[in-house]
Amino acid sequence: MNGDTPEADLTPVDALVDQHGSGMEATIPLLQGIQETYGYLPLDAIRYLTTKTGIPASHLFGVATFYKQFRLTPVGKNMIRVCLGTACHVQGGGRVHVVTREILEMADDADTTADRLFTVEPVACLGCCSLAPVVMVNETTHGRLDAPSTRKLIRKYNKAEKKAAADPS
Amino acid sequence: MEQTQTANQGLRVVIGLGSCGIAAGAQDVMDAFDSALAAHGVEASLEVTGCNGACHREPIVEVYQGADHWTYGGVTVAQADEIVEKHLKGGSPIEEWTFQKGEIAAEVEAFFSKQKRIALGNCGVIDPERIDDYLAHDGYEALKSALASNDRDKVIAEVLDSGLRGRGGGGFPTGLKWKFTKGAAGDQKYIICNADEGDPGAFMDRSILEGDPHAVLEGMAIAGFATGATAAYVYCRAEYPLAIKRLRIAIAQAEERNLLGEKINGSGFTFKIKIKEGAGAFVCGEETALIFSIEGHRGMPRKRPPFPANSGLFGKPTNINNVETLANVPWILRNGGAAFAAMGTEKSKGSKVFALAGKIKRGGLVEVPMGITIGEILHDIGGGSDTGAPLKAVQMGGPSGGCIPARMFDTRVDYDEVTRTGAIMGSGGMVVMDETSCMVDIAKFFLDFTQKESCGKCTFCRVGTLRMLEILERISEGKGKMSDLDLLEELAIKIKETSLCGLGQTAPNPVLTTLKYFRHEYEAHVESKRCPAKVCKPLLTYSIDPDKCTGCTLCSRVCPVGCITGTKKEVHVLDQEACTKCGSCSEVCKDDAIHIE
Repeated sequence: MNGDTPEADLTPVDALVDQHGSGMEATIPLLQGIQETYGYLPLDAIRYLTTKTGIPASHLFGVATFYKQFRLTPVGKNMIRVCLGTACHVQGGGRVHVVTREILEMADDADTTADRLFTVEPVACLGCCSLAPVVMVNETTHGRLDAPSTRKLIRKYNKAEKKAAADPS
Repeated sequence: MEQTQTANQGLRVVIGLGSCGIAAGAQDVMDAFDSALAAHGVEASLEVTGCNGACHREPIVEVYQGADHWTYGGVTVAQADEIVEKHLKGGSPIEEWTFQKGEIAAEVEAFFSKQKRIALGNCGVIDPERIDDYLAHDGYEALKSALASNDRDKVIAEVLDSGLRGRGGGGFPTGLKWKFTKGAAGDQKYIICNADEGDPGAFMDRSILEGDPHAVLEGMAIAGFATGATAAYVYCRAEYPLAIKRLRIAIAQAEERNLLGEKINGSGFTFKIKIKEGAGAFVCGEETALIFSIEGHRGMPRKRPPFPANSGLFGKPTNINNVETLANVPWILRNGGAAFAAMGTEKSKGSKVFALAGKIKRGGLVEVPMGITIGEILHDIGGGSDTGAPLKAVQMGGPSGGCIPARMFDTRVDYDEVTRTGAIMGSGGMVVMDETSCMVDIAKFFLDFTQKESCGKCTFCRVGTLRMLEILERISEGKGKMSDLDLLEELAIKIKETSLCGLGQTAPNPVLTTLKYFRHEYEAHVESKRCPAKVCKPLLTYSIDPDKCTGCTLCSRVCPVGCITGTKKEVHVLDQEACTKCGSCSEVCKDDAIHIE
């Protein structure tokens, strides 16, 4: 599978099953817990979950591929959410998205930068419509952006992250 | 952060910390006040509240002292220190920054004066993380009275009398739904609160959950009592972490006070609420899909009948209501159904919350009596256009709705009157557009959304929306034909007729309304290969006006394909063959020299 990384430690899955149970109705909370732990849904974790709970892997994959929240590939270090809701669209969100990807030099079919520092995800609505267009970088929301301010913002983050990656001390 | 239980005489600084407030910088402002209060040695209670709806003025800081009340809008971190020094320490409010006496006072008055805040009554007033605040505002009195009376039919009658209709967009009479669920046979019944608010541009439910979660919980408990349900779920979209956090706190606090849980308030009524998080699927706002999601499955709707009232969650009778619907219930029981019905029109009673956004001066959340006109909301409350350009249309009802043109802004906010225009009331999103929005592009935007969100079960929805999207893409690229417009309409009607659920049944609405009211824009794209709003990039041509260009070289430097040539101080030239129409040059030009046709 794309981006499958064997995860060494699957014990968090045990704790999740203890917390949510192993019935069918625990499917989504269990998958959410796994994603919160690993940042995505590793193949190993899903297989292990099946053996622990008896929920068929086909069911788990069916659910994982249906809901947008679930990722089957690892995320980058930083998460950039570009809002493409109606108000943001009307106020130029599409352009903000294009510029963000441009500055980070992302390949057309990629959602994560080659250096794995950033994942850029368009989202349907962040609910901050008065600040449109809006971009969330991790937990911080930036509003009232346009192409020039987006360039400046993303360059700043990119520079800071590259610097930190080169010199972790 | 100090959270002292000060009496009214104490100095209180209350900051709006809804998600939008935080996005506007309210958390930083809060931290700044915390430091400033300590630095200046001022004793004050620094408190949190939800969003009061005036999002265009955030961050909002309110200062209460005895009978004095001042509201500061658009507060910056830099201003925090000055406010503490001059007002809180020095005793002189900085009047020109306030809602009450500042330049903005008239605008604030205009924003709030036509509103009727019932569902939003406590938002921006109480601390959502303190149950005592809710209790001090008649919180849980309605539930207590209902339990004391022990008369379930009376509660249902009150809700029926109010005329309350589903605020999520369905508009089904709430009292009737409760009655059906009460009458259904079953050893276990459930209440579900639909907090999956999926319409892009809608944040009414988010604000209610963040600003006054107890109103929703109390509404659910009352619904449980009336219908005979003892267990409940709030299905909240995962994209609302603050709402989920505040709900968890509220449930725990209510259980602690015996207002939720076992034998509530000494009665025999037990009611337990759990939270289930959504995982990102617009279709899960549809009730049968939502139920499947809670049960652990893919959210794919099913046929009705059976309706959830008879067979819902785990096959048991289930009553599902929207957040805003439930938030109205305590008020209705405390003030009587007739009081609610005294507002509004013949078939649409009470008030409705709208999320005003887009090309509007005073955007935010407003709650207005039904029957007010769209024009009043946009102009009187919203202040009209934020750019001065005339308004063109307003999108109501999200992806299920439609664009209502400016000439119909005298349409009253009423379920049926709005539906007659071809749009729908929907959950309350109102996105305002002017001439810079292309209606073909807007239709394409919504189809792109519903196409992605289609669960895939019904052929016409799954494939039909894709074909409609492809046609719209062709049109916006200048490759459309006039026959495409007929094909769009034909597909739209067939998709509406053959889809199982509301998603497919309403996905074509944005296309149908824009074709109906803005056909000339479609025709310009098809016949003249022009985009009148200058949005559809493939149809635009960029050129440099030699009379305005000062040769500053900004455009040539930012052009991603290097199609602009010219040296410093020399008029630049754009090669149209190579131009990708990205718009970068126009964004940086300070001399307004980039001409877009």
